[in-house]
Amino acid sequence: MFFKPAILALFAGSLLTSGLLVGAAFFGAKILLHWNLHSGSELQLNLERRTYLISTLVAYAFAFQLLSFFLFIFTADHLHDFFAGAMCAAGSLNANSWGYPAVTLKVVNFLLAGLWLVVNYTDNKGYDYPLIRKKYVLLLAITPVILSETIAQANYFLHLEPEVITSCCGTLFTADAKGIASDIVAVPPLPMEIIFSASMAATLGSGFYFYRTGKAGYLFSFLTLLTFLIAIASLLSFISPYIYELPTHHCPFCLLQPEYHYIGYPIYLSILGGALAGMGAGVLMPFRAIASLNKSLPAIQKGLTIVTLIFYSSFTLMVVYQIIISNLKM
Amino acid sequence: MKTFIEKQRNILDFALASLLRRKGKNLALAAVYTLIVFGLGSAMFFTQALKKEAAIILKETPEIIVQKLVAGRHDLIPLSYADKIGKIRGVGAVQARLWGYYYDPGVRANYTLLVPEDYTLAEQSIAVGEGISRVRQVSKGSLLSFIRAHDGRYLHFRVTGVLSQESALLSSDLILISEPDFRRLFGIPGGYATDLTVQVLNKKEIPTIATKITQILPDSRPILRDEILRTYDAVFDWRAGILIVVLMGAALAFLIFAWDKAAGLSGEEKREIGILKAVGWETGDVIQLKFWEGLAVSLSSFLLGVILAYIHIFLASAPLFAPVIKGWSILYPDFRLTPFLSLYQIAILFFFTVVPYTVVTIVPSWRAATIDPDLVMRA
Amino acid sequence: MIELINIRKVFNAGKPNEHVAIDDVSLTIETHKVTVLKGPSGSGKTTLLSILGCMARPTAGRIMLQDREITSLPERFLTEIRRETFGFIFQQFNLLPGISVIENIMLPAYPNGERFSSLKRRAERLLSLFDLSPKAFAKIEWLSGGEAQRAAIARALVNDPGVIIADEPTAHLDTKLSREFMDIMARFKAEGKTILIASHDPIVHEARGVDRVIGMRDGKIIDAGAV
Repeated sequence: MFFKPAILALFAGSLLTSGLLVGAAFFGAKILLHWNLHSGSELQLNLERRTYLISTLVAYAFAFQLLSFFLFIFTADHLHDFFAGAMCAAGSLNANSWGYPAVTLKVVNFLLAGLWLVVNYTDNKGYDYPLIRKKYVLLLAITPVILSETIAQANYFLHLEPEVITSCCGTLFTADAKGIASDIVAVPPLPMEIIFSASMAATLGSGFYFYRTGKAGYLFSFLTLLTFLIAIASLLSFISPYIYELPTHHCPFCLLQPEYHYIGYPIYLSILGGALAGMGAGVLMPFRAIASLNKSLPAIQKGLTIVTLIFYSSFTLMVVYQIIISNLKM
Repeated sequence: MKTFIEKQRNILDFALASLLRRKGKNLALAAVYTLIVFGLGSAMFFTQALKKEAAIILKETPEIIVQKLVAGRHDLIPLSYADKIGKIRGVGAVQARLWGYYYDPGVRANYTLLVPEDYTLAEQSIAVGEGISRVRQVSKGSLLSFIRAHDGRYLHFRVTGVLSQESALLSSDLILISEPDFRRLFGIPGGYATDLTVQVLNKKEIPTIATKITQILPDSRPILRDEILRTYDAVFDWRAGILIVVLMGAALAFLIFAWDKAAGLSGEEKREIGILKAVGWETGDVIQLKFWEGLAVSLSSFLLGVILAYIHIFLASAPLFAPVIKGWSILYPDFRLTPFLSLYQIAILFFFTVVPYTVVTIVPSWRAATIDPDLVMRA
Repeated sequence: MIELINIRKVFNAGKPNEHVAIDDVSLTIETHKVTVLKGPSGSGKTTLLSILGCMARPTAGRIMLQDREITSLPERFLTEIRRETFGFIFQQFNLLPGISVIENIMLPAYPNGERFSSLKRRAERLLSLFDLSPKAFAKIEWLSGGEAQRAAIARALVNDPGVIIADEPTAHLDTKLSREFMDIMARFKAEGKTILIASHDPIVHEARGVDRVIGMRDGKIIDAGAV
């Protein structure tokens, strides 16, 4: 099983990405130890040059992480033929206990890498590298998460046993099964729809407010994260059934299949992009007081807010459209 | 935002011009790159296409095949079993199949003999696959006298036709024969068949029915079509995987080569970057320059490699790979694979080639970008 | 106005081949004037020029540019300032071989992200200013010495800098071309630019229009020059 081309590719890809990030963290550690902006020594110059390397490494890792997330889901989807009882990625991921953790870690790492890039970009706008220490501490903190993902993914693939009968999303995501997924699904659609609409409206509203006045940034950022989680829950709860036109079909992965016009991709991209941008704006909030950033930081936050507003609105429009044209009435 | 786009355009412009300025080095790199993409791409396209063909073919096969086991080995199955199976609820038609292998010592090849279900051949007439017709130099109207029956007698057959080229993947080594001839050839008595095919009306019931068959006929072995499909998939994948692992050696050499090319800047290249930095480009700009250079090389090599792999597999029938993937056989079918390309395959190929190449060139690009402009002042 | 305060530049500090290129130099360069750094090779003129032009960072000391301290600015900011404020003319011209004259001239402005068409127009104007229009698409290798010099000057002007820095500009030129060069510099001064030249060529020191000649030796200023 391990020798399938896709799995080899993903494994190689994740090794490389982890390698990139571990390398970046390693270089970052040196910077933390010796950074002194006011010395014109050779060491300082070398460290400054090194910061370019690190941001390049993390930027590439971030891009690969996004690609590999979709490739991973796609592969899990393709693997479903090998597992009796699996009809899509949901089943394949459940074939051993590493599947879902691997996916979750992939998303988390994507968001973390993106946030680091936001902090890095902002730091570069300040003429005295104001965030340099915090930035590299953050990078060192992210490293173990990256490594866990590689381990989880490797273990998932190594422990795949095709003879094992796994659950199809039909049984995983039904109300009777145990686990948080089924708890979400067991909630009737109307309360979930209300929660979703309320949190989306609050997020968009606070986004506008923050954009206009620059106030309540923390609130906006928190709401972005909250709405992200609620949106995922909503996908499970009522959005998927509307798209599949089947009230018992709650799988979040079948959206990515061609039968549904690959609608999963724009949906996931918009919710991920919006979450990342919103959280990025929040992550920058503590640094508003820094002198060297006082012109650029608000502008960056505004840019990120607009991105969140656009992405979240697109998500909402797509979802509403799917619900309207759906033949299902719930 | 607009300045960002314009700046990338300008840098891209310069990047392409730079690549063209050092044609020799960059063409060598692109050639090796394309070769790697071609190799890996061919392996993947080939196995994917074969898997797809297998899937299409197997779709027509019966849901369950039932064989009788004696001492753990496949034995002839009595036709009475068919009646018992036919009584199970959910079972459609049950058919007896007659097929077997014949070893031809003259060409050291194994033929598959089959009694077709949908039509009857006249006695002493056979139809042969195109592999057999090639290897034994027979065609329509020829006489075959070398086939030896189970009791030592030589049987004579007249070839009434050669099976079509399109079906070569399945029928290359096939001989279609009439039932009486088959029984005479192999000594199979009237009440027995090689195996039984069982049609199941509701797909979901297949495992249940298979279980029931083993209950009422304990010495039988039901084989599910899905299991066959999965096994084929696994074998092809395994073979593809082995091929890829072998090619990894070449890929690794390529990566080392790429690293060397990226890191080994000639004195002139170093000077050029020094000049760029001296006139006002900063490290980040040079990194972007290297990025565009790398992307240009990657994308063009990738595209070319994929196109060549496509041509190799689907238009030229994979002359380089056929032996490894198709397996050992004297009778290679001469066939054309149905083109099958998916975004998924391209993505995987991308991960095997462009991603490692990009990663390997990150540090050399950065090293190049951090060249001190001071160098140029002192020259 | 550029001000250097107690600048010290040491190469390979702490190693056996440690070299003090600039030893405690304090200097103020006035705007709209032509200043010449004179001294033998190894006196530190070139190093001082690269520090003045924000191309290298000093080991110790401070640099003020229009009353703004730029000593420890990160490279990206320093480069931006350098691109906007300074135009460099190198001793070896350092034009990029393999690309045309007009592309060479446009090169320093690529990172600015301005529209290609407006950049091209500016470059064409500069070419005509220096009578190089017929050679716009020629390769650098085909230019004569004088044409290459004029191309190097045109390139230095593409971002319309306030300060022009030239390092041994007349080293590869004959007398006629050297005098032509100083005339061009005088023209720029009249247009309000600040000129900074490092040279040991007497034609340069004695050209009319030169406001101040600073003598250097062994990394120190030995003659602050009449202002």
